[in-house]
Amino acid sequence: MKILVAVKRVVDFNVKVRIKPDGSDVDIAGVKMGINPFDENALEEALRLKERGKASEVVAVSLGGTANQDVLRHALAMGADRAILVETEVNLQPLGVAKLLKAVVEREQPDLILLGKQAIDSDAGQAGQMLAALLGVGQGVAISAIEIWDEEIVVTREIDGGTETLALRLPAVVTADLRLNEPRYVKLPNLMMAKKKPIQTISAAELGVDASPRLTQLKVADPPPRKPGIKVGSVQELVEKLRVEAKVL
Amino acid sequence: MSVLILAEHDGHKLKKVTRQAVTAARSWQASIHILIVGHHIAAVAQEAAGIAGVTEVIQADAAHLAHPLAEDVAGLLVEHAGHYQVILAPHTRFSKNVLPRTAALLDVAMIADVIAVTGPKSYLRPIYAGNITATVESSDTIQIVTVRASSYAAVTDDGTANIASWAVSATTPLARWLGEKRNVSDRPELATARAVVSGGRSLGSAEQFEAVLAPLAEELKAALGATRAAVDAGYAPNDLQVGQTGTVVAPELYIAVGVSGAIQHTAGMKDSKVIVAINQDPDAPIFQVADYGLVANLFEAVPALVAALRTSAPR
Repeated sequence: MKILVAVKRVVDFNVKVRIKPDGSDVDIAGVKMGINPFDENALEEALRLKERGKASEVVAVSLGGTANQDVLRHALAMGADRAILVETEVNLQPLGVAKLLKAVVEREQPDLILLGKQAIDSDAGQAGQMLAALLGVGQGVAISAIEIWDEEIVVTREIDGGTETLALRLPAVVTADLRLNEPRYVKLPNLMMAKKKPIQTISAAELGVDASPRLTQLKVADPPPRKPGIKVGSVQELVEKLRVEAKVL
Repeated sequence: MSVLILAEHDGHKLKKVTRQAVTAARSWQASIHILIVGHHIAAVAQEAAGIAGVTEVIQADAAHLAHPLAEDVAGLLVEHAGHYQVILAPHTRFSKNVLPRTAALLDVAMIADVIAVTGPKSYLRPIYAGNITATVESSDTIQIVTVRASSYAAVTDDGTANIASWAVSATTPLARWLGEKRNVSDRPELATARAVVSGGRSLGSAEQFEAVLAPLAEELKAALGATRAAVDAGYAPNDLQVGQTGTVVAPELYIAVGVSGAIQHTAGMKDSKVIVAINQDPDAPIFQVADYGLVANLFEAVPALVAALRTSAPR
């Protein structure tokens, strides 16, 4: 079984993003970037399936500029066999991402496509479901477990108040939740070796896909600030404040 | 043209988030239809027909919709989408599964987790886990939108809508529903709990995490949460993680115990109504978002807090 894993390059989760002075967008110049955490869970699961003999090849794909090579190197260092960069300068939104990934899927013909359940920058949580729709295949969204059967996979996903289990015919698209696994740490020698592995580059134009944005961002802003809090001197004072002032007890 | 709301229900009753979505739907000043997908849902349809401002209730009733698959519900919505300018749902695990698939089949964008409708095609929504808000405008003819229910008041009853039905096609061959497991924990669910007690790495061990925090959670009927650091250290399972990559919560009361206040954590809890921080380090960043801060040793303060809650006046 061949697995394709899509990885996005995002602002590192520990960075507090700032807004450009004109309020048009967030300012990510010079900010630490990295692989989207949920995509790292997706990749980890693909690698574990390969290590258990359930998959033969794991291919990582990323969409964007040349800078995206760093997240692909990270994917190779974790253990991906190959990496593909679809180069585009277009402002990608979920539908555009799904269209580009569909074109890659048609070239690569994977049996299973894994993505993170959402990216921690735009928080849209749509690319996987949209890709499944465009491919006309089944979807397992925000999964916490996956099992491979013969012609099917069985996934466990979160629903309100519990989990549900679905069987999906292959090929299928699955998106990873945080609790699916704990991604491995990348060791330095692996990172060095990954530098020698080739990254195949395809231009988005070559794929013949219109991935142009449908949404225009009019402005960004800081959310309204919280009113300043106070320090209390004792547990008794805290309980008193919570009961009388905040009325939450 | 009308607005179609994809209802959330448990098979017997509408969920409150559906009534909150009706308030959001009023933004378009168009007629409002509610779609109930399920099996044996007459009671739910009756209830929906009573909601003020709803003009039509549509039932999609079939045995295989008792546990609806995204593939089936998206197919149903696409069949009828031509009659609507907006397809809207509360932002839940159900709609997050169904609506992106629907949008892609219709070749339109989806706008997720909207906190305000600012025009017929423009929206305010949080990005970067709520650290930033973005105003976006859609260029599509059909708007597919999920709204954050807590941003809207729930509509009450004062209506008498018609109840219609849509024919339902056979189920998809792409996926099968095998079963579900309902959480049986005595503690409320993290995402929707009224109160949350969260612990950080200062708890020191999995045993202490449970021993110190569980009595407080029980006293407050609160869910338990944890920071990424505490999860990484193995003190708590990762389904307890609150933060940008864990669960984003906004309870009435959030008590952060031994939590330093990393961006990744505060992004997931700073919309809580009241935030309490208990930490030994007076300079911990968590105090910047806390309404009430207590600089104290958590191993003394938390048991004292539990005792004080038990002995103080009844609620």
